[in-house]
Amino acid sequence: MIQCKTSKEIGGMGHSLKRKEDIRFIQGKGHYVDDVKLPGMLYMDIVRSPYAYAKIKKINIEEAMKVPGVVAVVTGKDLEKYNLHWMPTLMSDTQMVLPTDTVMYQAQEVAAVIATSKYAARDGREAVKVEYEPMKPVIDPFKSLDPGAPVLRSDKEGKKDNHIWHWEVGDKNKTDDVFAKAEVVVKEQMHIPRIHVASIETCGCVADYDKVNNHLTMYMTTQAPHAIRTVIALVAGHVGLTEEKIRVISPDIGGGFGGKVPVYPGYVIAIAVSFLVGKPVKWIEDRSENLQADSFARDYHITAEMAGTKDGKILATRFKILADHGYTDASANPSKFPTGMFSVATGSYDYDTTYMECDAVYTNKPPGGVAYRCSFRVTEAVHAIERITDRYALEIGKDPAELRLQNFIKKEDFPWKSPTGWIYDSGDYHKGLLKAMDTVNYHQLRAEQAEKRKRGELMGIGISTFTEIVGAGPSKDFDILGIKMFDSAEIRVHPTGKAIARFGTKSQGQGHETTYAQIIAEELGIPAENIQIEEGDTDTAPYGLGTYASRSTPTAGAAAAVAARKLRDKARKIAAYLLEVSEDDLEWEPGKFFVKGAPEKSKTIQEIVFASYTNHPPGMEAGFEATHYYDPPNLTFPSGAYICVVDIDKETGAIHVRRFVAIDDCGNIINPMIVQGQVHGGLTQGIAPAMYEELIYDEAGNILNGTFMDYLVPTAVESPKWETGHTVTPSPHHPIGAKGVGESPTVGAPPAIANAIVDALSPYGITHLDIPITPFKVWKALKEKGVV
Amino acid sequence: MLKQITVTVNGVQHTLEVEPRLLLVHMIREVLNLTGTHIGCDTSSCGACTILLDGKSIKSCTVLAVQANGKSITTIEGVAQNGELSPLQEGFKENHGLHCGFCTPGMILRATELLANNPNPTEEEIRWGIAGNLCRCTGYNNIVKAIQYAGAKMRGDELPSTEPEFV
Repeated sequence: MIQCKTSKEIGGMGHSLKRKEDIRFIQGKGHYVDDVKLPGMLYMDIVRSPYAYAKIKKINIEEAMKVPGVVAVVTGKDLEKYNLHWMPTLMSDTQMVLPTDTVMYQAQEVAAVIATSKYAARDGREAVKVEYEPMKPVIDPFKSLDPGAPVLRSDKEGKKDNHIWHWEVGDKNKTDDVFAKAEVVVKEQMHIPRIHVASIETCGCVADYDKVNNHLTMYMTTQAPHAIRTVIALVAGHVGLTEEKIRVISPDIGGGFGGKVPVYPGYVIAIAVSFLVGKPVKWIEDRSENLQADSFARDYHITAEMAGTKDGKILATRFKILADHGYTDASANPSKFPTGMFSVATGSYDYDTTYMECDAVYTNKPPGGVAYRCSFRVTEAVHAIERITDRYALEIGKDPAELRLQNFIKKEDFPWKSPTGWIYDSGDYHKGLLKAMDTVNYHQLRAEQAEKRKRGELMGIGISTFTEIVGAGPSKDFDILGIKMFDSAEIRVHPTGKAIARFGTKSQGQGHETTYAQIIAEELGIPAENIQIEEGDTDTAPYGLGTYASRSTPTAGAAAAVAARKLRDKARKIAAYLLEVSEDDLEWEPGKFFVKGAPEKSKTIQEIVFASYTNHPPGMEAGFEATHYYDPPNLTFPSGAYICVVDIDKETGAIHVRRFVAIDDCGNIINPMIVQGQVHGGLTQGIAPAMYEELIYDEAGNILNGTFMDYLVPTAVESPKWETGHTVTPSPHHPIGAKGVGESPTVGAPPAIANAIVDALSPYGITHLDIPITPFKVWKALKEKGVV
Repeated sequence: MLKQITVTVNGVQHTLEVEPRLLLVHMIREVLNLTGTHIGCDTSSCGACTILLDGKSIKSCTVLAVQANGKSITTIEGVAQNGELSPLQEGFKENHGLHCGFCTPGMILRATELLANNPNPTEEEIRWGIAGNLCRCTGYNNIVKAIQYAGAKMRGDELPSTEPEFV
């Protein structure tokens, strides 16, 4: 049980408070972007490329303009006049809004049709005729750097190949030396395939430009509304859209998972059209457009190596990555981190030598890479280290749990400096894994497995003991387009003791409206019920960097606590004034100050707040509000120990996940119910890439599964019953000791599942399978080994 | 080209002129402004648009508005009665059966029919019963709990615990 300092009525930290936001969602009264309806609103639909790589010879809009209801067709040539046909990406690359001459991936935006209704816009889209001259695309990233490969980005001056950048970290010579001398070296080639967040709500917007007031209101599905406002101002300032004239509203968002961080061409076209026609323009993409054109996730080809001793001491790791970024580098990373936080791939283990390198290449695919609960490439990092750790255990014939317990960073060694320079804040990895092993009854399972193996039955047990890195981040290293990655909270308490608080983050279902109120309730003793939380409106909320990479609790959660503490300091002064004692004579308990030794002499927070408006001390500013912009001193490093048990049908390759135990440690817990919900959802988004999901392209660059008919999002039937639990190792640098957790399960689960399946197949010499591990892939592997 | 139809939506009768190709989901959202019903896909896969048509759960993206002529529709806005949440709405809230809330209206309406046909379903029956409704946030466990809770409430059984099983 979690100990709470506040009463249930106050509902501070640790209470499984039911969510405030539910009451509207369960009655259909949420307010999502496609629910927005404005007078005179027009609808936009987008003509998309059928080819992965082609010259545009001609766009014929005549027939489209004849369609009843169609008011305009916009092409790249139209945007070129305003220099809006290209836009910058977060990685300082450039991305087409609409092409003027060449399309770079299938489903790329080619033209936009504006009409008075959704149906007319679609009719208009069908009537636009585009003549293409198809070219041979570059699809395989391994062939992208071939001397004969076409140079995809000939628009970039002097660009002579498809190489985007090279990145490296660690000590190459020392690592090579350790590998050369090590008793044991293991190596696997892994592909972490291209997948898609597929939030149930797709992306969309309503751009509403008001010519009279020269003011843009932009309702949009964005996880980072303030940053988007700044980006719009930077891109469109030359046409008069300066930042004070732009209001971005991110209303209720139907799931984000990283897919709603980037700026998509659809948004920009909608703004441009609204600006030109002076009417609101709505753009809502279809599911197929969402899967085929919006930011993908992963697509890392990793050569993972581990060196160690025969008895199981890890000595070094080496990772070489080929990253497929599509036609532009639009991955949503902090600017100094082209591979995100991949460098946390040394994992939960205590060794001091590593070398990692990555080359990124262009291909004729949509851009993206960082999305889908990846915490900036930590999914890839954890998959690599957890798979190669199991490979090492298999090589030396050691139990993978024992191997991990042997190599874990010990709890007394935190803060611990990793070989790539991260300072892990805290952890108790032994405790987590032992709890998971105990919950799943690990040793009995291994005994059962041994029995089953004698009978030729396939049962596997997979472990993943991961360290996350979330809460970007300290201003020294972390920025998005130069804007430091702080976040913010602004709390204003009304005369009657109820409060409104606004944040620079943006929930997409993570429950911020409830949990931020709990943090403030914890600090001030005002019941969480009485604290209204708002995010997403850039006119009203303090500037923040948004919600992604599990950064809300580490950054804005911290800001909430610090802002509340500023208010508590003020409350103490007012209480001392009202009680006519010195501040030092006062003690605080959630909800009131009382005089030491005389608890009957007290002032409640509500009385104090009322006094701040009615009877504030001389010399003190009236009112009761505070703001804080929190620049985190470090990231937070939540961890987890996951164990998965699978049974596999030898004849069909069908995989049954019998059990999945997930023990997470995210430090102090604000709301256990919500943390558990995040874990359930994240685990299902872990089994999805591990067993079901992959965006598949053929050699011509056609996407083969760009709809929900064959992009296999798990249903309730595929999703196992998750067994969840926790340990608590607070973050020492965080004001309330809390760490992020939203992405941990998606980071941690896939290697646990892959390890379980490979463990089941290992008696037949199978040492690795790439995810998604489908029944066909299992059957094929067994067939190749002559087992079936 | 326009066809006149009469539909009863959440107990209120509407006579409308609609294009034959108008999807029922768009009639509900765009014409009647009942925006609780959502669109999550274009292949009839996700179930976010699920409503009740004459008591049966259907995906309203896969029915034409004209096909609803003469029929009775329940959307999420019509589920609470006199401001009182239905057992399923209560169950979803009490058991944290929703996060972003986008699949929730469809889930609740699908579960309404499920419980009407099978008042005491097993977990497996619930999971198969909602297999036409995708959720990207919850991992389904708490949706199963929410439906079990609503079933218990409707049967008058003791309500199951809503505490998270977070060991």
